[in-house]
Amino acid sequence: MRLTDTLRFARDAATGYPLRTALSVLAMSIGVAAVVILTALGDGARRYVVGQFSSIGTNLVIVLPGRSGTGGFNPANAITSTPRDLTIDDAAALRRASAVSRVAPLAVGTSEISYGGRLREIMVAGSTAEFIPIRNFELAQGRGLPDGDWNRGDSVAIIGATVRDELFGSEPAVGKLIRVGDRRLRVIGVLKSVGQGLGMNTDELVIVPVALAQAMFNSNTLFRILVEAKSRATIPLAREQATEIIRQRHYGEEDVTVITQDAILATFDKLLGTLTLGVAGIAAISLAVAGILVMNVMLVAVTQRTGEIGLLKALGAPARTIRLAFLAEAAMLSSVGALVGYLLGQLGAFALRQAFPVFPAYPPDWAVIAGLSTALGTGLLFGVMPARRAARLDPVQALMKH
Amino acid sequence: MALIELTGIERVFQLGDATVHALAGLDLSIDAGEYVAVMGPSGSGKSTLLNLLGLLDRPNAGSYRLEDRDVTTLSADQLARVRSERIGFVFQSFHLVPRLTAAENIALPMTLAGIPLKERNARVARALVDFGLDKRADHRPDQLSGGQRQRVAIARATIMQPALILADEPTGNLDRHTGEEVVNLLEALNASGVTLVVVTHDPTMGARARRQLVMEDGRLQSDSAHP
Repeated sequence: MRLTDTLRFARDAATGYPLRTALSVLAMSIGVAAVVILTALGDGARRYVVGQFSSIGTNLVIVLPGRSGTGGFNPANAITSTPRDLTIDDAAALRRASAVSRVAPLAVGTSEISYGGRLREIMVAGSTAEFIPIRNFELAQGRGLPDGDWNRGDSVAIIGATVRDELFGSEPAVGKLIRVGDRRLRVIGVLKSVGQGLGMNTDELVIVPVALAQAMFNSNTLFRILVEAKSRATIPLAREQATEIIRQRHYGEEDVTVITQDAILATFDKLLGTLTLGVAGIAAISLAVAGILVMNVMLVAVTQRTGEIGLLKALGAPARTIRLAFLAEAAMLSSVGALVGYLLGQLGAFALRQAFPVFPAYPPDWAVIAGLSTALGTGLLFGVMPARRAARLDPVQALMKH
Repeated sequence: MALIELTGIERVFQLGDATVHALAGLDLSIDAGEYVAVMGPSGSGKSTLLNLLGLLDRPNAGSYRLEDRDVTTLSADQLARVRSERIGFVFQSFHLVPRLTAAENIALPMTLAGIPLKERNARVARALVDFGLDKRADHRPDQLSGGQRQRVAIARATIMQPALILADEPTGNLDRHTGEEVVNLLEALNASGVTLVVVTHDPTMGARARRQLVMEDGRLQSDSAHP
């Protein structure tokens, strides 16, 4: 039998039993759609986190107080006690390093802000003029922190977009006096709204000079020092230089941890990539189940069409022709199912992106290819047994089952 | 020249513990162009003989020469090829594929044999006219009458221009009038040179054949050619 005839024969056979065909196509499409949607979720999470982390700056090297035993990123860093504090002078010293283009010390704390009787809790970030460009923030109005002596805390503040909206409404904010804690500060700038970023909502931030923040919180330590390397290639050098400079300043003791944005990014990338692979594996189980269902459907088809198989044999069809006809039917069921599932999955991912615009739920290419080929593979694999059974039927016995 | 030569054919079935000799020591020769009716009571081995002649079944012993070729030693696929090219079947229950149209059912043996579409269409168009089915070409079997279905089945049996047509109770599911039509059709084919072997219960139909074989217990009880 010619290939086109085999395919047409298989197609007619499949459409001849619409309910059974629809059910097996449905099962296969659910399997493929599950792979597509789940990997879109997993990969979306990876892209989201990586994207968020990339947006905190470019070529960043972050110095945090305290030494972690192993290098790299360790969540325990956030709670370890600090043997020797990082100071503004430490930060200033890092500006000497040749691989470093910009440095911003960072001291943080929470406080209350009030204006015109309105009061709210906010996060205060004490830093310097270069904090805004390093963190890729942009100003909507006004100007940044004054450049100059880092140890001089002018009574000025830059406020986030939400703080501005809530305190000032439609009034202009720049130039107004606000109260933060027990100090009166003048608003000199307003940040552009950027939304949520890694748990720290910059729209609810108030940025003040670092010395002022230290005075407000009555401490002379820094939370972090943000260092921007001159280029991507100089990140390792900047990291080394920063470590060395701080070590010298701390009397030869290496009591800070210096991490690079790249290292954190790579860790998250790997972690969430593995997660995606894991969910893809779980979804693949449903594909195997769908494959077994296709086999079941084909076995029923062989039983139901025994008389027809007998007829084909009587009419001179060799075993191979019958095998191919049934295999083609199984392949058709699974490929149509795979295609429908792919479209459903893409539709689901699209719906996710519509519902959560910040979440880039795109299925990765490898998952789509693997999902489709697993669907076709299992369909064919599980189609072999029924097809062989059909081809082996005894024509006399088969003809009697009519 | 003998088209079919059976010598010492044995066919044995195991039914549980019992051994049934469906065919026992059967010798038979049928010449090309003959019109043979096979008769006998149920279980006498008529259908087994027909399956054997149609190469759907193999004998346990004996030899079967079809057109001077020993077919008992052929492989399953070689047998399929002989069936495709030399033998046409007509069944009591028509055995049409329900989802295919009349034209597609008639074309099925050619489709299976891999004959190009163009030639298929030409031959099916001719057959539809010859068998008075040209108005029914796109009808599916459930839209056809019994007589029309059997005409489609006969058209299918002849479309590969076989040397031998085997008909198993071809009028068994038809009323007297349409049965008569179908028999006339088969006899016209025989008149054109095709060898026709009909298995039947119907004595009047059997009497119309030029040669009658009566079977009993797997043996040839009488053969009108060798009284």
